[in-house]
Amino acid sequence: MTAVTRIDSRFKALAGEGRAALVTFITAGDPDYETSLAILKALPKAGADIVELGVPFTDAMADGPPIQAASLRALAGGQSLKKTIAMVRAFREGDNTTPIVLMGYYNPIYIYGVETFLKDAKEAGVDGLIVVDLPPEEDEELCLPAMKAGINFIRLSTPTTDDKRLPAVLKNTSGFVYYVSIAGVSGAATPEASKVTEAVARIKRHTALPIAVGFGLKTPEHARAIASGADGAVVGSALVEAVRTSLDEQGRATAGTVKAVTDLVTKLSEGVRSARRQAAE
Amino acid sequence: MSDRVNSLRTGPDERGHFGIFGGRFVAETLMPLVLDLERAYEAAKQDSAFKKEMDYHLKHFVGRPSPLYFAERLTAHFGGAKIYFKREDLNHTGAHKVNNVLGQIMLAKRMNKPRVIAETGAGMHGVATATLCAKFGLQCVVFMGAVDVARQEPNVLRMRALGAEVRPVESGSKTLKDAMNEALRDWVTNVHDTFYCIGTVAGPHPYPAMVRDFQCVIGDETRTQIMELEGRLPNALVACIGGGSNAMGLFHPFLDDRDVAIYGVEAAGHGLDKQHAASLAGGRPGVLHGNRTYLLMNEDGQIEEAHSISAGLDYPGIGPEHSWLYEIGRVKYLSATDDEALAAFQLCSRLEGIIPALEPSHALAKLEQLARGKPKDHIIVVNLSGRGDKDLASVASYIDKKISA
Repeated sequence: MTAVTRIDSRFKALAGEGRAALVTFITAGDPDYETSLAILKALPKAGADIVELGVPFTDAMADGPPIQAASLRALAGGQSLKKTIAMVRAFREGDNTTPIVLMGYYNPIYIYGVETFLKDAKEAGVDGLIVVDLPPEEDEELCLPAMKAGINFIRLSTPTTDDKRLPAVLKNTSGFVYYVSIAGVSGAATPEASKVTEAVARIKRHTALPIAVGFGLKTPEHARAIASGADGAVVGSALVEAVRTSLDEQGRATAGTVKAVTDLVTKLSEGVRSARRQAAE
Repeated sequence: MSDRVNSLRTGPDERGHFGIFGGRFVAETLMPLVLDLERAYEAAKQDSAFKKEMDYHLKHFVGRPSPLYFAERLTAHFGGAKIYFKREDLNHTGAHKVNNVLGQIMLAKRMNKPRVIAETGAGMHGVATATLCAKFGLQCVVFMGAVDVARQEPNVLRMRALGAEVRPVESGSKTLKDAMNEALRDWVTNVHDTFYCIGTVAGPHPYPAMVRDFQCVIGDETRTQIMELEGRLPNALVACIGGGSNAMGLFHPFLDDRDVAIYGVEAAGHGLDKQHAASLAGGRPGVLHGNRTYLLMNEDGQIEEAHSISAGLDYPGIGPEHSWLYEIGRVKYLSATDDEALAAFQLCSRLEGIIPALEPSHALAKLEQLARGKPKDHIIVVNLSGRGDKDLASVASYIDKKISA
C-alpha cells in the first residue's frame, strides 16, 4: 500500500463533515499557462475539494469534443507534460493540502520516462494519476511503479466492468475509484442518478475506497444528485466549456476567463454541499 | 515449421506482445469488449465450420486465389530480376482489405453484433466493410477523415451505394488517425451492439494477430503459386506499409524462410527530412490506439500529422509486429516518396496495363533498387495490394500542381 496521500486525508475529512467531494477537472495550459495557473490557484477557494489537472494530448480518444478542444488549445499555447508538472509546483507554493490528480493518456508519460516522471511529479506535489489507456492488464507500465513512488493510481470503473472483472480493476487502485457513469466519451450523455447510486453501491461491496463519479455531470443539480449517492462528483467538460466561452475571437483569455470558471465551481460546490447523503458510509 | 523455438511465427504472447510491442492500451470501458473478442476469435479458430465457411466465401465471393502474375514488360524494363505481382487488386472490392473484413464480419455475426463500425483512410477498408455488411445484413458506419472524404470521393460513393453511413471526421488532422479516434469513441458509446472492424494489423490485442491471420492467405497462396511456377521460393518479397496488413499477410508465411529477403516500403511523403508517414524511419516507440509501436511524435509525446500522397499510408503509426520485425532485423524497411510512387504508378500502368493503387506504387517504386542489376533468375514478388481507380483524380491534381509549381 502507498503511504497516506493528500487524497486520503481529504476524503477522510469530508467523511467527517458528512459530505461528498467536488472534484473539478481543468486542462492544464488551457488556453495558456498563466491563465490556467490562475484558474488552478482559484479553484480551492471557489469550492473545489480535489483538482484533476488534464495533461493535454493530441489524440484524446476517450474524450468528447469539449476536452478534445481544450487539449488542442493548451497544446497550441505551448503546454507540455513538463510545464504541467511545473504548474503543480507553482500551485503547491500556496496550497499544500488540496489534492491534485493528473489525468491523461499514457504516451506523454511514456516518452517523458516513467521513473523520471514519477520522481518529478511526486516532488512537485502530485498526489494521484488517472491514465485512461492503462487498464489493469498493463499495470506493470505505470501503476505498480506509481504505487512504489507513493502516488495513488486511480482506476476507472465503467458500466462494462462487471462483478467478475471488478476485483481485477480494484486490485492495485488507491486514493479513490473513479466511476465512469456512462458508456461513452466525456461530456456526452448525462447519467441517471438512480442507476449511478446502484452502481456505486455495487462497487462499494468490493472496496472500502471512496468512489467519485464523473462523465456527463454538467450542472449544480447533477452534482447534487450524484453527491447524494457517491463520495465525490467530478465535473470537467462543463468547466472547460466555461473557459472556451470566455475567450475572445482569437481564442485568447479575457478578463472574465478565471471568473467564468470559479463562478461555475461555486455553484457546483453549493450543489454538492446541499446534497443529502443517502449512501451509508 | 517444426522448429518452434526458433520460429518467428509464434507471436504474440498471451498478452499480445511482440517483443516490447503490442499490448492492450485501451480505456476500461473497452477492455471487456476486447477480451470478449479475443475469446470469440480463439473459439472460431478452433472451429472447422468457421474455416470452411470462410474458404467458401473467399473463393466464391472474393474470387480467390488471386493470380501470381509474371510482370514481363516491367521485368524487361529493369533488365534484372524476374518480377511477379500478387494480384490482390483483382479481389472483389479491389484490394487485399476484403480478406480481413470477411473474417471479422463472420465473427461479428457469431458474436450477434448487429452494428459494425470501421475507420478508413483511402476508403478501401471502408468499401470492403460496407460490402460484407451488405452481404451479411449488418448495419455499417464508416468513419473517414474529412480530408480523405475529399480526396477519395469514388470510394465514398461506393460505400453509400452499399448502404453504409459515411461519417466525415473533422477533428485533428482529419485523416486516418482521427478516423480511428472517432471509431474508438463510437465503440465506447455503443458497447452492447457494436463490432469494431479494424482495417490493419494495429490496435489492441487481438487485432494485430487476428488481422494478420486473416491476411496470411496472401502469403500462403503466393508460396503455393511460386512453387508451381518456378519450383522454388522467391528471393525477395516487397510490399508497402501504412499500418502494414497487406505486407504482414504476404511476409508472415515466409518469416522462417531465412533465404527469402523481405522488404517493407514506408511512405516518405515529401521526403524523410520533411513531412512524411514513415514511422520506422522517422519515429520511435510510443503508445497510441491500443498498442505500443513506432510512432511519429514530438519530444512531448504528442502525435504528429503524417503526410503521404496515398491516403491509405497516411498514418503516423505502424502495426506492432512490424516494429518488432524491424528491431530484430528480419524485415528491411525502405521508403518511397510521393514523387517516386507517382512515377511507379505511371510506369506500371503503361508497361503492364495495370493501374495500381498509390499504396502499392510505393512498393513498385523500389524495384529500381531491388530488381535492376540482379541476375535473371532472381525472383521478386511484389504485393499489388489494390487497384488505382480511386486515385485517378488525386494523381491528376498532383501532376497539375507539379506542372504549375
